[in-house]
Amino acid sequence: MREERSMGESRVHRSVMDSFIDFRNVSKFYPGVRALNNVDFAFEKGEIHCLVGENGSGKSTMIKIISGVIQPEPGATMVINGTRITAMHAKDAIDRGVRVIYQDLSLFPNLTVKENIAFGLYGDTRGPFVNWKAVEDRAVSAMRSIALELDLDRLVSSLSIAQQQLVEIAGSIIGDIKLLILDEPTASLTRVEVDRLFATIRTLKERGIATLFVSHKLNEIFEIAERVTVFRDGAKIGVFEPKELDQKKLVFLMTGQEVVSEPPKPVRSGAPELLRVEKLSRGGNYKDISFSVRAGEILGITGRLGSGRTELALSLFGMNPPESGSIFISGKRVRVHSNAAATRAGIAYVPENRLTQGLIMPQSILANITITILEKVIGAFRLLDHSRSESLSREWIERLSIKMPSLDAAVQTLSGGNQQKVVLSKWLATNPRILILDEPTVGIDVFAKDSVHRFVKQLAERGDIAIVLISDEVHEVLDNCHRILVMDRGRVLDEVLPGSDAEATLLEKFNLA
Amino acid sequence: MFAEFVKRYQSWHDRNQDIAALPWLLFVVLAIMTVATGGRFLRAHNITNLLAQMPELGLLSLAMMVPMVTAGINLSIISSANLTAVIMALFLKGVFPQGAGGGTTIIIIVGAIALGMIVSIVLGLLNGFLVGYVEVPAVLTTLGTMILYEGITLAITRGFVISSMPEAYLLIGNARILGLPIHMIIFLVVALVMAIIFHRRPYGRHLFFVGSNPTATAYSGVNVRRVLLKTYVISSVLAGIAAVVMLARFNSANARQGSSLLLSTVLICMLGGTDPFGGFGKVLGLVMAMVILQAVTNGLNLLGVRSFATVAIWGAMLVGVIAYRYYQHQKWERKRKQLQRARMQQ
Repeated sequence: MREERSMGESRVHRSVMDSFIDFRNVSKFYPGVRALNNVDFAFEKGEIHCLVGENGSGKSTMIKIISGVIQPEPGATMVINGTRITAMHAKDAIDRGVRVIYQDLSLFPNLTVKENIAFGLYGDTRGPFVNWKAVEDRAVSAMRSIALELDLDRLVSSLSIAQQQLVEIAGSIIGDIKLLILDEPTASLTRVEVDRLFATIRTLKERGIATLFVSHKLNEIFEIAERVTVFRDGAKIGVFEPKELDQKKLVFLMTGQEVVSEPPKPVRSGAPELLRVEKLSRGGNYKDISFSVRAGEILGITGRLGSGRTELALSLFGMNPPESGSIFISGKRVRVHSNAAATRAGIAYVPENRLTQGLIMPQSILANITITILEKVIGAFRLLDHSRSESLSREWIERLSIKMPSLDAAVQTLSGGNQQKVVLSKWLATNPRILILDEPTVGIDVFAKDSVHRFVKQLAERGDIAIVLISDEVHEVLDNCHRILVMDRGRVLDEVLPGSDAEATLLEKFNLA
Repeated sequence: MFAEFVKRYQSWHDRNQDIAALPWLLFVVLAIMTVATGGRFLRAHNITNLLAQMPELGLLSLAMMVPMVTAGINLSIISSANLTAVIMALFLKGVFPQGAGGGTTIIIIVGAIALGMIVSIVLGLLNGFLVGYVEVPAVLTTLGTMILYEGITLAITRGFVISSMPEAYLLIGNARILGLPIHMIIFLVVALVMAIIFHRRPYGRHLFFVGSNPTATAYSGVNVRRVLLKTYVISSVLAGIAAVVMLARFNSANARQGSSLLLSTVLICMLGGTDPFGGFGKVLGLVMAMVILQAVTNGLNLLGVRSFATVAIWGAMLVGVIAYRYYQHQKWERKRKQLQRARMQQ
């Protein structure tokens, strides 16, 4: 038997034989950091297990240890599939059937689907030529086993992210696989694609393959997990069944603190309408959109990815001109042909992707906050007044309580939450009358999220700004908006008021996450 | 007094880590060259020699730096300068009347320079249009226009050198004001203006933003295409000013004047702390880097190293600077990751 051939292994007690992974006393220290501190972690063969925790809780470290990329501190007991292991490297993990699919996929975009799935076969080729028949056969059988249908000769770069992910899964289940680790697999998938992925995970389970699913989208965890392990600050908090948990409890377990969200204060009666959209349409993006937002009001827009919400927001911001319909600001019709024009008209847009669209990562915090208002800090001789931009930046840093080393520090040295606050600052500095927030809390931890939400509600309370909050997270719009529009395939399906049955409506009637 | 100076140096050092090593490097180079040449290096005659080539090299390096800050490059600066110089030379020779009076002379010279600037703007507009609006990568665009502009110049001159400019025009190359050569004054003024644009004008800040992340810059309401268009026009105008100086200094223009300077400008930009991946760069760094390189070349010359060997030394320095910058970058990345891990722990 192959397990007995390897060095440093011995058969262990029968009681752990059902566990696929049974790790005890696992620690990992980095200089100044205890990434994992005496953690036990186990799950069974064929189980769909979720690992959750905040950034820095030790999830990724555990994955790396299971996949043999890093070694734990001495003293850990590691048992995989009933075999005790003293030292494991990536190759050992692969030999034991462990495969990891990381968030940023490791495919060859310039090669075809079949080559990506079966590229290991090149090495099996005897003689000078590649055996294309064997490559194709293996790709077909791997794809069939997860019911994936794709043109074998398409270039991987031409596929959607979801399809690429499935190609990578197909490639990884070749051979004797026992455990598939998925690290934040749904970060950039639409709802339909998530369903497809989950179906694949269940198919694998039927074949006896366990899945370790790492995510911080809580609703997905409830949907797919058989059991959930919660990590916090490098320690294990516990193992739970999804039915023991709800959103609030899970957040409490992950953070150790209760986050209480208060609904926004009601809009003042007689508050003027700041933004009105009438019959706005753009082919292929959205159709016949009409709504209005009053001063001090927070309008939520929710819907799956691809529902047209971001395209609509970009149209309001002048970056995706509508083909017909009209936009009114304070009752006056405006035409915004560019985002510069939109900014002048008092519209600000916090884009959904902080890293690529929101911030200029290598540049300073000061530069990032003042980029939208350079024209306004011009002083003598038409030159920039640096002391004014500095005092303006400091003002916003104080108002949003951004934690930073110095104004000259690159914005990439900040945490996700503080980065997002810099994006908010740069747009609030333009003194907008209409603020559009597109997924303002994606990828930031629970506390930062809460503090962004609080700030947005306070801003609305001032009563001179209309806010549009776009999110695919139902709870985000339920907790922070006065009204919610539900969009699907480019149309507004319904308007929902947050209240006792609103959650059920959104979740069930519109099948949202 | 001294403590105050140290404190100010510390703060400058912290804010300018990319060029903080240059003053020391400059000092070391000057010291080594002085000692090695037994003091010949510091004689007035040699210092004049040392400074002679700086204006045009500096202007061309600035022309290289501006697009480099936007993560681009302009390989056509030399051929664009030569085309400008040839057209100015033909204009000067064509319209300059024999024995013209002072007023006419000035008008004609100003006219020639104005013509040169117009030509530069047109050449820059083509580059800027291709890079900004057609979105052709800068390397390919300017490689193409480099050959195009050189070809046009060759066609105009049929390969000949156009020489013997009017005496009055040559003053730009050899007259002095308050002891400083006019071409040196031109360079210093242009460098100062560029430093002010980079640091204190919205357009200058936009350059850096575009260099680091054009998408986020566009989402911030900046017209990135127009910034790029302007960038290549400015680059071309700087090359045009270099052409004005070169025409006066060499008293001639041709299609292949100074083509070896292209490599030098890249080297000067990179040694001077301009990031070839865009987003960072300082005029002060560029000036220091240029003095360092000129001092090395000049010193080796005095020591009797053949100019062929000097080319190899420049190449070695370019490789060394690139390797050093990458090393520094990686060191910085590691430090950033450590910081991130430490922060996660908090």
